[in-house]
Amino acid sequence: MNGVVYLGGRLVKALLMVVAVLVLSFLLIHLAPGDPALLLAGEAGVDDVQFIEQLRQTMGLDKPLLQQLLIYLGNVAHLDLGYSYRNQTSVWSLIAERLPATLALMGSAFVLSSLLGVTLGVLAARARQRRHWLDGVISHGALLLYAMPPFWLAMLLILLFSVSLDWLPAFGMETVGQDFSLLDRVQHLLLPCLSLSVLFLALYIHLTRAAVLGALGQEYVRTAHAKGLHPRRILYVHVLRNALLPVVTFAGLQLGQLASGALLVEVVYAWPGIGRLMYDSLAQRDYGVLMGGFLVISMLVVGFNVLTDVICRYLDPRIGAGEQG
Amino acid sequence: MRPFSFRRALSCVGLCSVLLAGQAQAQPQEGGVLNLVAQPEPPSLMHGVVSHVSTQYVSGKILQGLLTFDTDLNPKPVLAKSWAISPDGLTYTFQLQDNVHWHDGPAFTADDVVFSFQTFYPEVDKRLGGIITEYVDSITATGPLQVVFHLKKPFAPLLSALGSGLRPVVPKHLYENTDFRNNPYNLKPVGTGPFVFVEWKRGAYIKLAKNPNYWKKGLPHLDGIVFHVIPDGSSRAAAFERNDVQVLRSGDADYSDLKRLGALPNVQSSEKGWELYAGLAFLQINTRKPPLNNPKVRQAILYALNRQFVVDNIFFGSGKVAQGEFVSGTPYHDPQLPQYAYDVKKAKALIAESGVDVGAVRIRLLNGEKGGAWERLAEYTKQALQPLGFKVQVVTSDAATWFQRVSDWDFDLTYNFIFQIGDPYLTSAYLYRSDYILKTSPFANVSGYNSPEADALWTKIADTPEGPARTQLYSQLENRLNTDLPIAPIFEMRNQTLFHTQVHNLLQTATSLNEDYESVYLDAPAP
Repeated sequence: MNGVVYLGGRLVKALLMVVAVLVLSFLLIHLAPGDPALLLAGEAGVDDVQFIEQLRQTMGLDKPLLQQLLIYLGNVAHLDLGYSYRNQTSVWSLIAERLPATLALMGSAFVLSSLLGVTLGVLAARARQRRHWLDGVISHGALLLYAMPPFWLAMLLILLFSVSLDWLPAFGMETVGQDFSLLDRVQHLLLPCLSLSVLFLALYIHLTRAAVLGALGQEYVRTAHAKGLHPRRILYVHVLRNALLPVVTFAGLQLGQLASGALLVEVVYAWPGIGRLMYDSLAQRDYGVLMGGFLVISMLVVGFNVLTDVICRYLDPRIGAGEQG
Repeated sequence: MRPFSFRRALSCVGLCSVLLAGQAQAQPQEGGVLNLVAQPEPPSLMHGVVSHVSTQYVSGKILQGLLTFDTDLNPKPVLAKSWAISPDGLTYTFQLQDNVHWHDGPAFTADDVVFSFQTFYPEVDKRLGGIITEYVDSITATGPLQVVFHLKKPFAPLLSALGSGLRPVVPKHLYENTDFRNNPYNLKPVGTGPFVFVEWKRGAYIKLAKNPNYWKKGLPHLDGIVFHVIPDGSSRAAAFERNDVQVLRSGDADYSDLKRLGALPNVQSSEKGWELYAGLAFLQINTRKPPLNNPKVRQAILYALNRQFVVDNIFFGSGKVAQGEFVSGTPYHDPQLPQYAYDVKKAKALIAESGVDVGAVRIRLLNGEKGGAWERLAEYTKQALQPLGFKVQVVTSDAATWFQRVSDWDFDLTYNFIFQIGDPYLTSAYLYRSDYILKTSPFANVSGYNSPEADALWTKIADTPEGPARTQLYSQLENRLNTDLPIAPIFEMRNQTLFHTQVHNLLQTATSLNEDYESVYLDAPAP
């Protein structure tokens, strides 16, 4: 029951957080210079003042800012994200079209960086205990990866694997005109996923290595050794569970960074994701699409943080107990 | 008579084989898909509604206009088979192509043309609408395939206005009684062109397929065209290098990368196909406030800019120093126009002559987000104007902010460019005419230039038929503008197109890249 109350409370807080993000984003983008009606009329090659004013009215931009905000929040409450006048379609349909690509990219990068990062972090910690050279290789390798800007690395990967070696496609999510093929999708995903993973991979390695080394020095580990448990069982069952706590917390925070990192990778690899949609919409001051993007990303980040809290409570029941006490 | 020689006979056979082989090679190959880049992604696929550069590129393969222009800017038939202009210049009779069908089945008729120019364009294109209201008395279908434009008074650039690739004929059966700007067919266009729309996956690609019922038998040669949306310049260059895309338009690759890409094996570079567009880059000057309200100060600025340096070192040779307000080589430019050759001494003398303290206020050079070369140009301008005493501040903003600030006249100097598209009356005029001092777009008269003399010349030019008298008027106008200098012409854009040599017939007209590609073909891939 306590768990249900806890989860309910977290969800309410999460909802308030999403609303706060929406309000702040709305005010920020509306206060920035740039007039969507003027831009739209410019693209249509129209010089007519009346037409531009009419466009502003159609978009609701002639109303006071606060009124615009209340109307927008009311529409969102009715699951209406609005209409993109530039794209001549609803914001929902635009987001629905682009979200799967971003989720595929972020999801695969998350899985790759966390699984590989934790594994290499544990290996490095074990090697450190045994004073093995592998620790140096992994730690310094991770530092090297961390120092590489994803944008630059993405360009290098294209030059190496696409232009020079011709092993992998240079851009896009699929080969146009070809029937759906999982292999084709994976080939297209490989370089963007790798570029996005690298930064987080390095962080996971360092975090896991430090957490495992810290846990290995705890008294319960000495007790386990004294009881004659197998070192592997001590490491993977007792140490790792405790060491994972900061790693899981980091994973929750990573999603927000992944979303911003995904934008750069989406641009370089022409990946048709939501980050690029938002970037283009910012250039055109397409407020509806921008706000829709903010809503989806803030929901993802906040939702993932709630999930992280729940997992942390599971991994370390003292967290919940502390709150009750 | 010369005796028979076996060797000569052999060489004859050899020569014949070479000739035949050459002929066989010149024979267009059927099939294949041409991969292009549509960047930035078009907002709509109907270039009658949106004059976006990528929209024209894609939509030009699907929708067609009445006519196009060859590289000498002579009109060429497209949907108009022929046309006749009455001696008084008041009646234009267009005979239309027969056996043309829209992609969804109905026949293309004179009603479509009448609807397009009588109803559609006056609503969606205020500039063309203004011309039609002022000059056109009636547009009537005098037969299923004949349209007559009756004019109130002569208007020399009418063919340019109707024929530039910007104004395709619109299918009446799909647009009549609809909201033209939000018609669903703006996103899935139906035209008469050689390619039909198949799919638009936003953010990724636009796919067109061969029109099997195209009205020119045997065309097009290609099976289809795919426009890829690749936002990053380096990635576009990599895609071109890999031959994932076969053509790069000017602007698709960074200016600094053009030389390298052009030197790749099996890649060709050409400046052809931009004759109608005739791009002109210029420094827009806000003439409302001191010191820029003084013509001598404006002239000094142009003398102080080493425009050859700009062309050679900032735009890597993709241009030619501007010769005047209208692009050189077009019949509207006066070759005798005085030139502002780079001369810092003269610039300083002009400042002294003006008696203005140019350093009294800070000059804001508003820099939009047009790419690295334009940023370097802004920085160069700041440095070049310093010796004259100017205090220039480069203010960089994103594209949307630049658009709004220039439209609101909130700048002192800014760089921009325009495509002349044939007759300057249809394009450049809006930068200078006083009735276009509007807060609507950076392509209106944002300089605030107000010259009754220039206004009167623009009006006379519109009313005068093509000929020496009109050329003389254009010369007078260009000299006036060149002296007042509300806009300082910097360089004529020499747009380079890079393409793989397997692509043929790409640059055939003055609007090549926005052309319909009916005769473009690809070499068959090596077995």
